[in-house]
Amino acid sequence: MVRMDTPPLLEVRDLQVHFKVFGGHLKVLDGVNMIVRAGEKVGLVGESGCGKTTTMKAILRILPQPPAKIVGGQVLFRGQDVLRMRPDELRQIRGRGISMIFQDPTAALNPVFTIGQQLGDVIRYSHRNGRLDARQIQLKALQSLKEVALADPERLLHSYPIQLSGGMRQRVCIAMALATQPELLIADEPGTSLDVTIQDQILRLLHNLVVERNTSIILITHTLGVVREVTDRVYVMYAGSIVESAPTKTLFANPMFPYTRGLMQSVPRLSGGGVAEGIPGRIPNYLHPPSGCRFHPRCPHVMEICRREKPPMFTVGEEHYVACYLYAC
Amino acid sequence: MPPILEYKELKKYFTIGYRGLLKREPITVKAVDGVSFAIHKGEIFGLVGESGSGKSTVAYTTIGMYRPTSGVIEFQGESLFTREGKRPRHIKKEIQIVFQDPGSSLNPRRSVKEILELPLSIHQPAKKHIGRVAELLEMVELPVDYMYKYPQALSGGEKQIVAIARALATEPSFIILDEPTSALDVSIQGKIINLLLRLRQEFHLSYLFITHDLSLMRNVASRVAIMYLGKICEVAEASEFFRNPKHPYTQMLLSSIPVVSEEEEALKPKRVQSRGEIPSPVNIPSGCSFHLRCPYKMDICPRVDPQMVDTGSGHLVRCHLYPAQTENHPAGEQVIT
Ligand SMILES: Nc1ncnc2c1ncn2[C@@H]1O[C@H](COP(=O)(O)OP(=O)(O)O)[C@@H](O)[C@H]1O
Ligand SMILES: Nc1ncnc2c1ncn2[C@@H]1O[C@H](COP(=O)(O)OP(=O)(O)O)[C@@H](O)[C@H]1O
Ligand code: SF4
Ligand code: SF4
Ligand SMILES: [Mg+2]
Ligand SMILES: [Mg+2]
Repeated sequence: MVRMDTPPLLEVRDLQVHFKVFGGHLKVLDGVNMIVRAGEKVGLVGESGCGKTTTMKAILRILPQPPAKIVGGQVLFRGQDVLRMRPDELRQIRGRGISMIFQDPTAALNPVFTIGQQLGDVIRYSHRNGRLDARQIQLKALQSLKEVALADPERLLHSYPIQLSGGMRQRVCIAMALATQPELLIADEPGTSLDVTIQDQILRLLHNLVVERNTSIILITHTLGVVREVTDRVYVMYAGSIVESAPTKTLFANPMFPYTRGLMQSVPRLSGGGVAEGIPGRIPNYLHPPSGCRFHPRCPHVMEICRREKPPMFTVGEEHYVACYLYAC
Repeated sequence: MPPILEYKELKKYFTIGYRGLLKREPITVKAVDGVSFAIHKGEIFGLVGESGSGKSTVAYTTIGMYRPTSGVIEFQGESLFTREGKRPRHIKKEIQIVFQDPGSSLNPRRSVKEILELPLSIHQPAKKHIGRVAELLEMVELPVDYMYKYPQALSGGEKQIVAIARALATEPSFIILDEPTSALDVSIQGKIINLLLRLRQEFHLSYLFITHDLSLMRNVASRVAIMYLGKICEVAEASEFFRNPKHPYTQMLLSSIPVVSEEEEALKPKRVQSRGEIPSPVNIPSGCSFHLRCPYKMDICPRVDPQMVDTGSGHLVRCHLYPAQTENHPAGEQVIT
């Protein structure tokens, strides 16, 4: 259930992030705006390098600074700006407010500690106010491994990550991310490194768990089919800004931003019909990004104004927004 | 006319260590375990399977990187593996490969020109090749001045196009494409796929197209084989395959694919939801290796490895649900424990 009557759980406003590199600054995030409501399942899509992970790391304030620099914007979680929080306030947010599942489950787990130790740490950390004893922590750890449908959880507690398959590790990561009972779960390409049949299991599991708890989720993926199956709303990102957002059904029925259209056409269909050529060109160089609409060098509909001014978001339908001059009126 | 390429009971095992008291008992990975199929001239034959199923091992054995443990591969009726071990040059030039990862398959210290010259100079050492390099770039629709670029200056898609040009250099008749677009964004995939389809038309090529993406396969292959843990479980014409998938594993694969439209949703088998882990190839389950995950498992399945059966018009299935029709080949002949 998406709560429309309460203020948004998360609101990212005009977020701008640069990276200092040899030769200058990469102007990566160019004013990202997105809203996640309580209970909402949001998808974030865009080609690799468009800034999805950077946005999520900025939200959690885990961007390495330097080289990253947050140049402007706000990240409001329950109305409070995460970017301006003190360390103790931030600790309240991480884990119990927002937690994250990373693309690569192997890198996310520490190879020298057992699953039980790592899970125990997360549980202890998120219950710092009401202290738990070792027995209670172990029970909770077992419970969370059972929730992600891992067989033989008692044995798993004493296993090291290397003794688990990729799919099992990703389940453990999900268990860890959910053990803190977060209000918002960020899942950054959670199945990409796994095989299709295993990815399908993981996504079904994740979907059931967040629906059961009414947790909000931002699901990052470049598999459009996954977005269609799991989310209520989609944000499409291109070269550091959100270029289109709509309820999932609407977006799949009627994509409007030229990049979104190209992307939809690029997906090979199980029903056949050949493979479309896709989108010519490539994502811009962030040292000298294109002026105006960053998509203009690749856009088949480019107009004079597109090169001069960054397009604002235009409302094109119910809850459907597009940052493209084709829809100005 | 013989098939352009034929695999007969191909096996490739790797010894990855030793166990036992004296460390004498080899630990074996049966990467490819008795694979048979034939590819006809002009065909795009799709080989589909999840990671570790043995697809790349089939590819690498075909190009001569590995010698088979047993079985044969024939190119136009001629065996690729002679007793002397060395593959004749006239055959070598006919079979080329494009690898999955364009980043690591191109030498970063060589220019595109040098990369494309290398196969040319092996097969025609005495000649000047710059004209041919330009021709190759034109064939793959890259600007000719790209020959002076280094891989690092190319996008992932462009690198893969250079790898395709390199594969074309020796004028092969057969190219193995080992997940050629898996490392690329879907928006770039179409350009590469369509280029490959055009090249096939123009130069009368045949492809072994390896992928884990069934939706992609639906759009490019004429026939498809599904591999699981070193064995093939189903082979069929692409159109038949997607209309009427027969093997439970194929059905599970199909039902796991995330799709973008209702029309495709309707094509997915509903009853076979994915479950269970892909077993370790060191420890392959007995009998039908899919039995631990199969919703239709029967008593016979963990005991007996099923035989490949033709269910009609070349639709082959290896599963006890489809027993052999002839009396000479009753299902369950070959007992494996
Ligand atoms: N640590 C870093 N140092 C320099 N540049 C970075 C760093 N992290 C990300 N970037 C830049 O930001 C861009 C966006 O990266 P990322 O957010 O990871 O994209 P996505 O997750 O959409 O694939 C990259 O193209 C890269 O140029
Ligand atoms: N050179 C090798 N040495 C040992 N094991 C190998 C080697 N190459 C492949 N394998 C193993 O063989 C199995 C099949 O691998 P591969 O052919 O790469 O599968 P795929 O390409 O379908 O992912 C895997 O379990 C892999 O670990
Ligand atoms: S704003 Fe202009 S350049 Fe950008 S997508 Fe729209 S038409 Fe194309
Ligand atoms: S042989 Fe048995 S276990 Fe194997 S796929 Fe067929 S029904 Fe399932
Ligand atoms: Mg990322
Ligand atoms: Mg492979």
